[in-house]
Amino acid sequence: MTTATAGGADSAPPADKRPGTGAGAGGHPRGGVTGTRRTVAVAFLLPALVLLGALVVYPIVYSVYRSFLDQSGTSFAGLDNYRELFTDDTIRTAVKNNAIWVVVAPTVATVLGLIFAVLTERIRWGTAFKLIVFMPMAISMLAAGIIFRLVYEQAPERGVANAVAVGVHDTFAESSGFPKAHPLPVHPLKAGGGGSFVTKEPVRAGTPVNLPLVGVAPAKMPGDAEPAKAATASGDGITGTAWLDFTKGGGGKPNAVDPKELGLKGLTVEAVKDGKVVASAEAGADGVFTLPAAADGALLRLPAENFREPYNGVDWLGPSLVTPGIIGSYVWMWAGFAMVLIAAGLAGLPRELLEAARVDGANEWQVFRRITVPMLAPVLAVVLVTLMINVLKIFDLVFIIAPGSSQDDANVLALQLYRTSFGTDADLGVGSAIAVLLLLLVIPVMFFNVRRIRKEGRR
Amino acid sequence: MTTTTEAARAEETPAAGPAAVPERSLGARVAARAGGGAMRVFLVLAGLFWLMPTIGLLLSSLRGPEDIAASGWWKVFTAPSELTFDNYQRLLDNSAITGSLFSTVLITVPSTLLVVVIGSFAGYAFAWMDFPGRDWWFLTVVGLLVVPVQVALIPVSELFGAIGIFETTFGVIMFHTAFGLPFAIFLLRNFFAEIPRELLEAARLDGAGEIRLFTRVVMPLGGPAIASLGIFQFLWVWNDMLVALIFAGADSPPITVALQQQVRQFGNNIDVLAPGAFVSMVIPLAVFFAFQRQFVSGVMAGAVK
Repeated sequence: MTTATAGGADSAPPADKRPGTGAGAGGHPRGGVTGTRRTVAVAFLLPALVLLGALVVYPIVYSVYRSFLDQSGTSFAGLDNYRELFTDDTIRTAVKNNAIWVVVAPTVATVLGLIFAVLTERIRWGTAFKLIVFMPMAISMLAAGIIFRLVYEQAPERGVANAVAVGVHDTFAESSGFPKAHPLPVHPLKAGGGGSFVTKEPVRAGTPVNLPLVGVAPAKMPGDAEPAKAATASGDGITGTAWLDFTKGGGGKPNAVDPKELGLKGLTVEAVKDGKVVASAEAGADGVFTLPAAADGALLRLPAENFREPYNGVDWLGPSLVTPGIIGSYVWMWAGFAMVLIAAGLAGLPRELLEAARVDGANEWQVFRRITVPMLAPVLAVVLVTLMINVLKIFDLVFIIAPGSSQDDANVLALQLYRTSFGTDADLGVGSAIAVLLLLLVIPVMFFNVRRIRKEGRR
Repeated sequence: MTTTTEAARAEETPAAGPAAVPERSLGARVAARAGGGAMRVFLVLAGLFWLMPTIGLLLSSLRGPEDIAASGWWKVFTAPSELTFDNYQRLLDNSAITGSLFSTVLITVPSTLLVVVIGSFAGYAFAWMDFPGRDWWFLTVVGLLVVPVQVALIPVSELFGAIGIFETTFGVIMFHTAFGLPFAIFLLRNFFAEIPRELLEAARLDGAGEIRLFTRVVMPLGGPAIASLGIFQFLWVWNDMLVALIFAGADSPPITVALQQQVRQFGNNIDVLAPGAFVSMVIPLAVFFAFQRQFVSGVMAGAVK
């Protein structure tokens, strides 16, 4: 491209609008449609160029330079800082996490955006829906971080994510037993190792067995537990009662079935001989259970599964799930972006093509897969690339959502840079190296953008 | 494909006109209806799912600390008497938070105005003025669009430190303006370039000077783009945390940093964090809902920030 002579058709767009005036008669050269003096043009540009030069361009140069110096900034360190990027464990976790982020987050957000864009096309309340999904783009990542801290709260009573998880789990899983239940010293039971309890004496057919336990809060008893009944002897089998040996308000006798004491419905009782389980039964609503004759002479054991703690939900912000969890909050924020851009692209698709395919007998899924998606390819590419370079810089969400214990597992490059450069014991050399790495990662996009604009100019 | 279709249609229904409605089998139609219903259900669920986190925040902010610690915000539906404005009351008395809101305005408004003004000057220059290397300069600006702020954090800290504006509101404003300029110049230059040449030439012939040309002709026409840019920049700066974390004064942080400090110090005081976060969201949400179209078009035009 030539420098500014009198305009000329090879100038940047809009090329066809550019007549190009000749240089002014002597004196100050005037160019462009407005015939502006060059000094005035410089004046218009100066504030922008000064700010950009000082705060954007110069920092790029300085960061590259600084990344080759050591921590104190005085001596040349060669590639040491860069080497540290790939040897230091926390930084390597950051690099690994960034890779996960770049691959997963834009893909999920784009796919969701695509689904939403396609589905809302024909709905009347599509605009309202789009507004709801797009709205999180307006808030700060800090606010989103606080919102999702609330969502991922561990206790199922407080955090909605775990409330749902526990709800789903408990619908399908067996109801767990009686955590915290245990025998008293006077009871005929003792600890059997591994959280189970065994009878102190072997049982005999004809003698009903008493298996009392305490420690279950009345509210946690099964809703259909009935008052415990003393079992009657029956033939060669072993019978017994497993019940909560606790009378509300006191007055009961330990080790005896008092009225109003409830049976431990569902408690599993095993008969163990020589370490092997020969029979097992479940206590009924009134606590009564029956074991076959094979249990004669065995020790009765209440296995540890009876006393398992209830399902407490997923540890969303624990070391293994924290990165997917934070990616979830990012998708919540940015799926709307993908949706809006794709919807705009969709609106530009020629309808006849789609209708023709439908007439040909293609069903919706085929139309979608074979026509819509390929024609949306440019839009999808823009969305994916934008999200990818956005995600490289992710900081706020990780900073806020990851609790102290999981910070290292959730580490990302931008966070690492902050900690390295502005925390205690700052190493600006390594920090600059991270910055340069981030810059290198976006350079392909930079080139691509510049090339695209140049090509548009040449038209 | 169109030609094949037309040929096929012509073969099958020679008498049918080009506007014939395709006959679908009953099964296909039922499936479409059921599919449509399932689709709607899916969308309704998705919409609720998307709303839930924000509603959770709002409802949590309206519950007392004891309630927050004891149960989840969905309890409110069974015990509406739990709702209280106490948290907000206490927030308004909390000078750290109210002060930070003021700081946020102090940072955001100038940043937005500066970006619009400086970007307009430069965008107009790139669009209509001629000067050496103009196109190369513009391509440089395009290249700068994707530069991550992380690259500038260390150098600018040292620079600001050297000239004494580190940890000042002024420094933050300058930083935000600088990083908002590539997008501003790109957007405005493309928009100004669409102004009909004749308008400018006519104004010139009428004897308009540079400033008159700019303020009376160019800027008014730039309205929509300037609005989009302004809103985009406003939200961007208001919602920023990283830049303010580093460059804002310790005694006048914006709301994002103030809330972040709360999280750092206490982590679980939802009775402060929830109303605080919501208050920080009110202005951006109001701006968003009031100016949706401009915001969306700004986002679409940029798609690179």
